[in-house]
Amino acid sequence: MSSITGVSVADETPSGGRAPLSGDRAGTGRLGDRLFGGAATGAGVTVIALVTLIGLFLLWQAIPALAKNEASFLTSREWVVAGDNPRFGILELLWTTVLSSVIAMAIAVPVGVCVALFITQYAPRWLSRPAANLVDLLAAVPSIIYGLWGLNTFLPVEKPLEAFIQQWLGWFPPFSSTTISGGTIFFIGIVLAIMVLPIVTALSREVFDQTPVTHKEGALALGATKWEMIRTAVLPFGRPGVISAAMLALGRALGETIAVTFIVSTLARGTDWTWSVFNGGETFASRIANNAAEFDTPQKAGAFIAAGLVLFILTFIVNAIARIVIERRKAFSE
Amino acid sequence: MTTTNPTADTAVRSARGTGLGHPARSRAVRDQLARVVMWAAFILAVIPLVWILYTVISKGFSLLLESQWWTNSQRGITSRRVGGGAVHAIQGTLIQAFACAVIAVPIAVMTAIYLVEYGRGKFARWVSFMVDILTGIPSIVAALFIYALWVTTFGLQRVGFSVVLALVLLMIPTVVRSTEEMLKLVPNELREASYALGVPKWKTIVKVVLPTAFSGIVTGILLGLARVMGETAPLLILGPYTKSIATDLFGGLMPTLPTMINQDRNELAQAAAAERVWAAALTLILLVLFLNLAGRLVARFGSVKK
Repeated sequence: MSSITGVSVADETPSGGRAPLSGDRAGTGRLGDRLFGGAATGAGVTVIALVTLIGLFLLWQAIPALAKNEASFLTSREWVVAGDNPRFGILELLWTTVLSSVIAMAIAVPVGVCVALFITQYAPRWLSRPAANLVDLLAAVPSIIYGLWGLNTFLPVEKPLEAFIQQWLGWFPPFSSTTISGGTIFFIGIVLAIMVLPIVTALSREVFDQTPVTHKEGALALGATKWEMIRTAVLPFGRPGVISAAMLALGRALGETIAVTFIVSTLARGTDWTWSVFNGGETFASRIANNAAEFDTPQKAGAFIAAGLVLFILTFIVNAIARIVIERRKAFSE
Repeated sequence: MTTTNPTADTAVRSARGTGLGHPARSRAVRDQLARVVMWAAFILAVIPLVWILYTVISKGFSLLLESQWWTNSQRGITSRRVGGGAVHAIQGTLIQAFACAVIAVPIAVMTAIYLVEYGRGKFARWVSFMVDILTGIPSIVAALFIYALWVTTFGLQRVGFSVVLALVLLMIPTVVRSTEEMLKLVPNELREASYALGVPKWKTIVKVVLPTAFSGIVTGILLGLARVMGETAPLLILGPYTKSIATDLFGGLMPTLPTMINQDRNELAQAAAAERVWAAALTLILLVLFLNLAGRLVARFGSVKK
């Protein structure tokens, strides 16, 4: 069964079905065959066309706004999209997006891998299936609920942790204290980590399960403890899978919209730059979502679409890397 | 000599450890430590799930027990007033999800059929790659694309159907992947037996392969539906909220559960509004979990027979 995380588990099974009959051996060249085959190919073409169109359309709509932009799009922190002299840049959005996703990864990858190891190696037999289902359920919770819960229930509980870190590590610039009383980048990172945890776990679980029994038994026969067996047999075997799982999770974290929109404290215009993770800010997605009502002129919409285009490119690259890592692994295991 | 040389002691112990006896103490400790860490990680992962479910259920269930929640809309009810129901939003969510499935499922299933039954070589690799990219597209980007197409280019209004189109983009990859996997599980012998009887390829796929994989495909569709129902970003951009019942996909505003939650989120200080928000959240969770469970049950009781 496929994972509910939308991760392409199919790619993970090295022995995925033999090649079905094709060409002269199967197709009879009758009208029905040609129609059906054509429809199937057409669907494939549609998918390629969709992705291409998304990229092209965003670019096409963004260019006029970008051409009118009087600030540097990549390095400016301003965001004034209306009027005759629009000045907007993505520096702050990029910083918040990447920083919160990196924090999310720093938490979700180790925990997710440990959970996957727990499910595949440590859990008693009766527990491993329910445990896997429970973690998958986390992925089923709609992201708007994470936003609601994060803002109203989790934030007050998490705030003391932030205060604690600021108090003891405040001398270190990334942890310097700020005056943000709502959701910080650090807090978004934690919520995102919870949201992408099932993705990391689902895919890691899949690869850990495929570790050849001979490798594991070989390690045990040499006197390794269970943990040493995992370190020498399971983890090296699963590494490409874990890397691509992390990449897919990163892609999801970068683009997460509504939970971030709910939680994050937007900064007032002209706030001083700080390196602190306890600052507020907006990600690409939350900036677009927060201003959805402003899309009344093509110029304004174009500016937001330009931000969306950058997000599209970011996730495209991250997902492509995940894909390439999986492909390489397939080449090895075949 | 009463005190032993510590290094010699360790050496002896680790030498003993490499023998057939018990592993050296530090290795055993590390092994136990790893076990504890794994259990802790699992418990850590379950905490948010339980916490979220508890929060939403405890804050939202009381409204769900009232019959007007399931029969009334929010028409004429301000954030300060108690009362009203969610039937308008539930209807909107279901209609949009259904319309989305009607468009997305044929495309997705045919793409999966292409990938498994027809696709060879470079082009098939490209299709597969693009499905992966589509999987990773953030919902807000899909929404922006539809906005650029529907509103800016065609000059149309933001209506329910534009939301549906954005959701289609998000649903296709999920269904393609799960269907593809199910088709791969269908034993080749079945196909060969069918060919041997002179059945053409397309009829083999329609009459033999698809029925064999049917329950798996249904599971994939249900899980895909569960995903799109909880999506909010496209709704923010393309589907503004309204408090009345509206079932027309092509005209006017269309309320949905996520936008209903979003509507009152700034009014959480008002007890009446807060209660409504949590009740709407609980309704949405129930809907999504129901689809998930249904999908899993279908998978368990009707998986591909080997």
